[in-house]
Order: sequence, then C-alpha cells, then structure tokens
Amino acid sequence: MTRRVLLVGLAALIVAAAPLMPVAAQEKSIFIPLLVYRTGPYAPSGIPIANGFVDYFTLLNERDGGINGVKVAWEECETQYDTKQGVECYERLKGRGPTGAVLVNPYSTGITYQLIPKAPIDKVVIFSMGYGMSAASDGRWFPWVFNFPTNYWSQASAVIRYIGQQEGGLDKLKGKKIAHIFHNSPYGKEANPTLETLAKQHGFELTLLAVDHPGQEQKSTWLQIRRLRPDWIFMSGWGVMNQVAIKEAAAVNYPMDRFIGNWWSASDADVIPAGDAAKGYKGATFHAPGTNFKVFEEIVKHVYDKGKGAGKKEAMGEALYNRGVVNAMFSAEAIRTAMAKFGNKPLTGEQVRWGFEHLNLTEKRLEELGMKGFTHPVKISCEDHEGSGPVLIQQWDGKKWNLVSDFIAPIREVVRPKIEEAAVQEGKKLGYTMRDCSKEM
Amino acid sequence: MIYREAGQFKTTYAADQAIFPIAQDRVLAALAVAAAFVVPPVLADEYWLQAVLIPLMVYALAAVGLNLLTGYAGQLSLGTGGFMAVGAYSAFKLATAFPQLNILVVFVLAGLVAAGVGLLFGIPSLRIKGFYLAVATLAAQFFLIWLFNKVGWFVNYAPSGTITAPPRTVLGVMVTGPEATAAARYVVALGFVALFAWMAKNLVRGRIGRAWMAIRDRDIAAEIIGVRPLRAKLLAFAISSFYCGIAGAELVFLYLGSAETLAFDINVSFLVLFMIIIGGLGSILGSFLGAAFIVLTPIFLTNVPHAVGVELPVALQKQIELMIFGGLIIFFLIVEPHGLARLWQITKEKLRLWPFPH
Amino acid sequence: MPEVLHQVLVAPFADMAASPLFLVEVLIGGVAAGLMYSLVALGFVLIFKASGVFNFAQGVMVLFAALTLVGLMERGLPVWAAFVLTVAVMVGLAFAIERVVLRPLVNQPHIILFMATIGLNFFLEGLGEMAWGANVKRLDVGIPDESVVVSGVLVNKLEMTAAATAGVLVAILAGFFQRTRIGRALRAVADDHEAALSIGIPLKTIWVVVWSVAGLVAIVAGIMWGAKSGVQFSLSLIALKALPVLILGGFTSVPGAVAGGLIIGVGEKLGEVYWGPLVGGAIENWFAYVVALVFLLFRPQGLFGEKIIERV
Repeated sequence: MTRRVLLVGLAALIVAAAPLMPVAAQEKSIFIPLLVYRTGPYAPSGIPIANGFVDYFTLLNERDGGINGVKVAWEECETQYDTKQGVECYERLKGRGPTGAVLVNPYSTGITYQLIPKAPIDKVVIFSMGYGMSAASDGRWFPWVFNFPTNYWSQASAVIRYIGQQEGGLDKLKGKKIAHIFHNSPYGKEANPTLETLAKQHGFELTLLAVDHPGQEQKSTWLQIRRLRPDWIFMSGWGVMNQVAIKEAAAVNYPMDRFIGNWWSASDADVIPAGDAAKGYKGATFHAPGTNFKVFEEIVKHVYDKGKGAGKKEAMGEALYNRGVVNAMFSAEAIRTAMAKFGNKPLTGEQVRWGFEHLNLTEKRLEELGMKGFTHPVKISCEDHEGSGPVLIQQWDGKKWNLVSDFIAPIREVVRPKIEEAAVQEGKKLGYTMRDCSKEM
Repeated sequence: MIYREAGQFKTTYAADQAIFPIAQDRVLAALAVAAAFVVPPVLADEYWLQAVLIPLMVYALAAVGLNLLTGYAGQLSLGTGGFMAVGAYSAFKLATAFPQLNILVVFVLAGLVAAGVGLLFGIPSLRIKGFYLAVATLAAQFFLIWLFNKVGWFVNYAPSGTITAPPRTVLGVMVTGPEATAAARYVVALGFVALFAWMAKNLVRGRIGRAWMAIRDRDIAAEIIGVRPLRAKLLAFAISSFYCGIAGAELVFLYLGSAETLAFDINVSFLVLFMIIIGGLGSILGSFLGAAFIVLTPIFLTNVPHAVGVELPVALQKQIELMIFGGLIIFFLIVEPHGLARLWQITKEKLRLWPFPH
Repeated sequence: MPEVLHQVLVAPFADMAASPLFLVEVLIGGVAAGLMYSLVALGFVLIFKASGVFNFAQGVMVLFAALTLVGLMERGLPVWAAFVLTVAVMVGLAFAIERVVLRPLVNQPHIILFMATIGLNFFLEGLGEMAWGANVKRLDVGIPDESVVVSGVLVNKLEMTAAATAGVLVAILAGFFQRTRIGRALRAVADDHEAALSIGIPLKTIWVVVWSVAGLVAIVAGIMWGAKSGVQFSLSLIALKALPVLILGGFTSVPGAVAGGLIIGVGEKLGEVYWGPLVGGAIENWFAYVVALVFLLFRPQGLFGEKIIERV
C-alpha cells in the first residue's frame, strides 16, 4: 500500500510540476509557428502539406540563408486537426522567436475561426490560404486575415464556369442538373449560397446533398445520385468522406470525368484507396500538381540531397505537398515585401501584415522563384485580401494528377458583393468597424 | 500529526453535518479556493490561463454535472456534448438578442434552456436502463448537433455558420469577446465552477441526492421506500443538463471565443465521461481530479520532451503521448479502481496516522 | 398543415410505389450497410458476452488489424501470409490484454473495465500509427468490386461479399457459443467473475479466446471497411456506426447484432432517402438512434438481449 501511494504521489507530482521552459530563440530569425496534423483522422492530408511547408523553408535557409539573410525559424506543433489542441499550440508558440510569431497558418476551419478574433490583439497575421472564413476576403473589415489566392465562393463560381465551358457555354447550363455533395459542417456549406445564386442566374437545377461527419457511410447519398442522375457533381468533402465518395461514385457507375472535387477533396490520398475506379476524377486547385518546375529541382538539390527533406522525395509533386510549397512561398514573399519597407531584420507581426497587404506577386517574380506557371500571379490590396485568383482543374489518371484546364477566372461580379455583404455581418459580430482604405499607407 | 481531529468536539447537529467537519479541511479548502482565485490571475501567463486553466474549469463544471447524473443518479449519459451545445447556442442567441442582459444572467438562462432539453431526453430513462439508456442520450447528441448545424436561426444566419462570443462586461470588466483578458475569463469560469460545485455538494447531501443514490443502487427498492423515480430521474437529467449547459456556454464564451458544432461532437461526451470515471463516480472532488487528469496529462506530456531537451518529430511524439496516456489510465485503474477521489481519501486516512504506522 | 402531413405521411410512400425498382435498390443498400455495421457490432458482442465489458477499443482494434494486414502486404507478403500473421498479432494482443489489463481488474465493476478499454483505445491508437504510419493505404485483397445490373437493380459485388461474409461469421459464432463448452462457460463469466472462477471455469483461457475471436472479427471488419475507404485512422470511427446496432440488438446476442444491423441499415436508408430531403438531409446518424429508441421503448433489453429480471 505504501509503495502504491508513493507511486501515485510521484505521478501526481510530475503532472503537477509540468515545467514549461521557453526555448532559446535563434538570433536574427523570423519565427513562424506551424500547426500541423501528422497524426489522427486527417493525417493523410496533413502530412504532405506540412512537408511542403518545411521543405520550402529549409530551401530558403539552405540556399539563400533565409529571407534576405534573415533565417526562417519554425516549430511544428501537432493539432490532430482538433480546435482545442490547436488553441494550445497557438498559445504555446505565439511568443517564440525574437519578435514573436508573425504569421500563422491554422490549416483547419475550426482553428481559423478561433484565431480570427485574437489576431488583432496578438498582432499575428492569419494566412488561411483557400480556407477559413470567406468573408475575411474583405480586408476593410478583417485587416489581419488573408485568404488569397482565392476562396471557396470564387472556387464554386469558377467550377460552374468550367462546367459551362465543357457544356459549350454558360448559357447551355439551362436545365442541366448539378449536385453539390458537401460535408455537413460550416466548411462544407460554404459553397451553397454561391451555387444557389448561380443556379438562379443560369437556370440549372441544383441539388444539395449533405453528408454527415465523418462520412464513412454514404450509401443513401449515392442512392439519391443514382435516382437523380445529375449531369455534374461538385463535392466539398474532407478526410475519409472523399475516399468513400469516390468509391461509391464508381459503384453506382457515375461517369468520373463529370465528378469534380473542391481543392480539399482532390488530393492523392483521396483517390489512391479507390484504385483504378478513381481514374478520370477531377478536382479544383489553384496551383499545378507535379514536379515539372524549377523550384523542385532546387528543393531536391538543396534539401533532399543534403538529407534534410521532411518526407520522401517521391512524395514531392503530390497535390497537397505542392499546396504546402505554395503556401510557404506566399508567406515568404509577403515577408520579403515587408522587408523592402522595414529593412532586412526580424519583423514584427504588424510589419508582416503590411507586407501581406502590399504583396504583388508578378509573373516575373514567379519565374525568378522557379514557379512559372505553377500558380497565378496575385496582387493583394487593403480592400481585397483574396485576389479573386483563378482556379485550375486537374484530373487523376490513375497514377498522378494532370491539369486539364487553363486558369479559369471566378465570376467576381457575383462573388464579391456577397463577400462584402457577409463581411459586414461577420465583422459586426466581432464588434469591428470598417476601416477606410484610402487612409491606409 | 498536523492532520488530527482529536479535540474537535461537535456540540450541534449543524456542526456535525458540515461539509468539512474537520477544522483542518475547512482551512485547507478555504485556502485552496482563495489561492485559485488569486494566484493564477497574478502569476500565470496567458498560455497557462488560456490553454490549461480555463478549459480545466469549463470541463470540471461539465464533469460535476455529468457526475450528478451518472455518478449519483446512476443514469448513463453520452449526450453531454449535445447538452453543452444547447447551452452554448442558447447563450449566443440570448446574448445577441438582448445585448443589455448581464452575461452572467445569460449563462444561467442558457443553463435553464439546456435543463429543459435534458429533461425531454431524460424521459426514456423511465423505461430503459443501464447501457441501453445510452441510446436516448446518443440520439440527443446526434440530433442536437444536426439541428444546430442545419437551422440558420441558431447562428443568426451568419454566412460562416459559426457562433462567436460578443464582447460583454461584468462590473466594467470585459469578460467575453476578443478584448477580454485571459485572467478575467478565468475568474468568471472559476467563480461559476466554485459556486456550482458547492451547490452540487449540498444537493447530494440532501434529500434529492439521497433519492438519486437510492435510485442508482436499486431503483425498485427505492420506489418501494417512497422515492418517486419519475421525479428523481427527470430532476437528475434537468440539473445535470443545467450544469452542462453552463459549461457549454463557457466553452464558447470564455474559452474558444468562437465555435462550430464540431466543438461539441460525440468526443466531448466521451471525454467528460472519462473524467468522471477516472476521477471517481459519485464524487464532486473526483469530477475535478478527473478533469485535471484528462486535461492536464496530454498537455504535460506534450511539453515534457521539449523541457528535457529531447526533440522528437511531432508525429512520433504524439503517438508516444497517446500510448503513455492510455497506459496511465490503465495504471491508475489498477492502482485504484474507484477513481482518483478514492486515492485522495486513502491519503487522508494515512495522514491522520502519520507519522505512526498504526 | 395538411400539406406538411401529406409530405411526411403520404408523399414518401407514393414515391416508393412509383419506382419499386429504386425501392429495391434502397433496401439492398440498407441491408448491405446494415451487415457492414453488424460486422463491427459482432466484436463488441463477443467481448460483452464473455466479460460484461463494453469494449471501447473495438473500433481501434479494427483499425489496428487492418493496418497490420496492409502494412505486412506492403512489405511484400502475399495476402494469405499477411492474413495469417495478422491473426497471430491479434491473438498475441489478446494474450497481452488479458495479462496486463484484465487480470489485475478481475471482479471490478463493469464501468471500471470499460474505462480500462478506453486506456487501451488510446494505447492502440498510438501504437498502430507508430508502427504503420498515419498515411492512407489502399487495401486490395482481391475481392471483386464492380457493380452489375441484375434484372434492373444495381448490385455491388464487394457489398454482396461483405454481406455473405457477415452471414457466415454469424453462423460460425452462433455455433461456437451454442455448442461448445467455452460458449456455456462464457455466460457464467459474464454474470459474475468470481463465482465463475470458484466453480472452476478457467477465466484466463476464456478471456484470451474471446479477445482473440474478437480480434479475428476485427480483421474481417477491417478488410471490408478498409476496402471501401482505404486503411487509415478514420477506420476506428466506424465503432460509432455500430453503436445503435449493438444497443438495438442487445449487447449479448450474436444474432441480435445481425438483426439490429438489418433494422438500422434499412431504417436509416429509407429515412434518409425518402424523408431526409424534407428537412435538408444528413439525418442518418440520429435517425438510427431514433429507430433504436423506438424499439427499445417496447423491449428495454434490446431485441435479443437477456430478459432483465428485477428483484429488490
């Protein structure tokens, strides 16, 4: 009994005395916390994203000695895609580095929403690239949040434009049946209002089919598809829902090339479990898949050949790996923009925010970065934190993703007014006021 | 030696029936509560408050609530997350519809709404018992989450589909919303949990609590000696849901600041259930110890390798963490199957004799 | 109001009558899905029958088994060898669980054993990922997966295989429990550990056997579900879909798990396809519990559960 009590006491003591020592910060570096999920139900998506991120930052440090000579420092923190763990990670890492965290990529809808109110207080830029709150695209209401190069609503409109192209023009959509299969969560429902507006405008018949989380069993959804026989299916799925959906689509003999996933439903992990059945499946994206770009040669040369790669070399070029690379590149270029004004030193969150707002990534700059054609040039302004970037469509050939479209512009005249309207609503909810962009520097 | 009750004579029934009949306990409890109010807001940094202590307070309140239902009244519930969601969404609706209303009142009203919903889903408990009763509360869990997700009215038709804590003050201090300091939010959460734990403690010592325990131990026997199962069971569901509702409102207003329904999914229900089993069924103190174990251990394990200077890849670290966490649960159960609260009791028994062996 | 009533009470049935072939497809889909749930529920039933423990870790055991199988196949083993090795791993796991978790907790209240399986759940989650990685893996054990049209109705071969497998498994298990000594001993153990021990029932052996069989069932469930979604962490979440089946069928009945699966599967598909659109869909998850709840109100011990005899 005595030993028992002792043991327990010891365990309790260890638990109670959890020491949290700050880590010695690297001098003259700029710190970026990485909220990753390399374990848990969403790890198949989380791993390539995190690897792409880390590899690009390693490339910058190894090849150029950082951004303009200021090293990039980062620390990963495992969130398991769980909001509460994400909060813990953020709180733990936000004070690291000489100037604290300057920007954060939450990589989860839940964590993004949780951090948005904190951003102006902690002075940390939230860069939710192609996810999070679409309303934050209006920079007048959300100065600290950026979601360029494009958002869910723009994506939905671009996909409709693509479907129009395939049918021979947007006017040909009249009478066509389009189904939207979505994850039954705020994320999944994002595209619905845009699609509804477009359905009214162009006269196509829209069916909304919700799939409850986690989406392992979708028989009834696909029975409904089988009865409805839609001409096109658009899907906003996440995690295991995607894999099952693709498999089920094949099981009801739905033509795969008329099934388009959004950019979180079109990764390699989503199609691999379905095997050959997934051939022909399409997905939206805002950057190219594959390694056919100069930047990947550089990553191989400076990162993998030195044994510093975060993952397997063969995994480069996967859709989500490339997304990590693009995300890291945008972040680095925004910091570079800020350095042009504030000098080559560790910057504060406020300075980096200025950099994001004045980011102008030109075709020429992309070529210098070895990313010509990899993604579209983007220009951010005080009003527009999204850039209304165009969308690409990629198709799975059984082995890898291939681009099957040019850059497709979103239907901005439909999306932007909706965003401005939503921004007022969401901004007021947080007690914000609209800033006057003409007074901004 | 120090912890000795010799010489403390009770001269009234009231003194004999006090929550802490022993003077040392009284002093200790008073000191602990005072310290909880004073020390963290002064000393702890934002990480400790925001990532550790506030969730601890929120979960402790939910655990006390569930313990009343499952630990005392013996009705298994897996709908805690759903009832917390009711609290959170009604608090959001109330706070936005009546901006003048004091936020503390909003919390209590939200708790009352949750109590009503809990009552409703408690009705099948009159017929279904044991593990089978889980079906009613699970139906509540999945239905409520679906409802809040589906009906735009609950989120004021926000395009984002999420609820956000509006900025509100109490006595001139900002306690919710982005501007509220972690310390202020912590004090509010602590105030609630302290008040309601005290009320729960008194509740279970009284008529109602005794009726619950009679139902738990053998419901037919209880009925024969005059406990009305209908009243006792439904009351347990209502009061438990009241606690969970307030905890849910706190989860959004004091802890996360903004949430979608996923924050209240089935895992939350399981988590709170783990807390009361590990802490001790039928023990208010156990609810706190269990919440502390479940909330603190993972955070502690996450920070250990860093603190001792071992840098592991995050994935590997998380996996080891899960294994140790699972191992610890089994270890504690084998050491003391009746929960951490029982360990505390044993320690007190030992302390009375110390330093003598007998 | 009459219009609402019409939509709820009349229109769906008119819809069913209008396209009977589609109704058949929905029913087949429901049966197939239901049997897939039963496969998972069976694992729970076995362990509950033998020890009165609700095994929270069953879902993770499915994941663990599937991960092991796929992991071994990825390392170049043929399917049969990988399968045999996986069985060996699951039996080894059963021995370990008996020794480390169950034996020290003999004669403890059921809720404590339940909590211990939660600890086991976390442990296996970490171990499985550490050993085999968190990435999604394709599982292909050679089960045909195309759909064919049989007299106007679309049928998927994989689902039919799964249904047949579930049927065979149930037959074997039912025989095992009805006709063997171990089967009889099980009920004694579930009632009271200590009493069973005192009349000479070898508790250790029984637990090992039962957990091994549950491991085996987990492998089969893992193969069937893994073929659908790939093998990944989410596989452990299917336990949630087995829960209403388990409760409805009665925690202790093997045939109950199947009957429960069929009722839940068919019920939720009919509900989702015909009534779901009225309220915006995705009602399956809670609808399953409502179906189970309705049945339980009439039979509080589950469809095939042992009759609860209450005394003072």
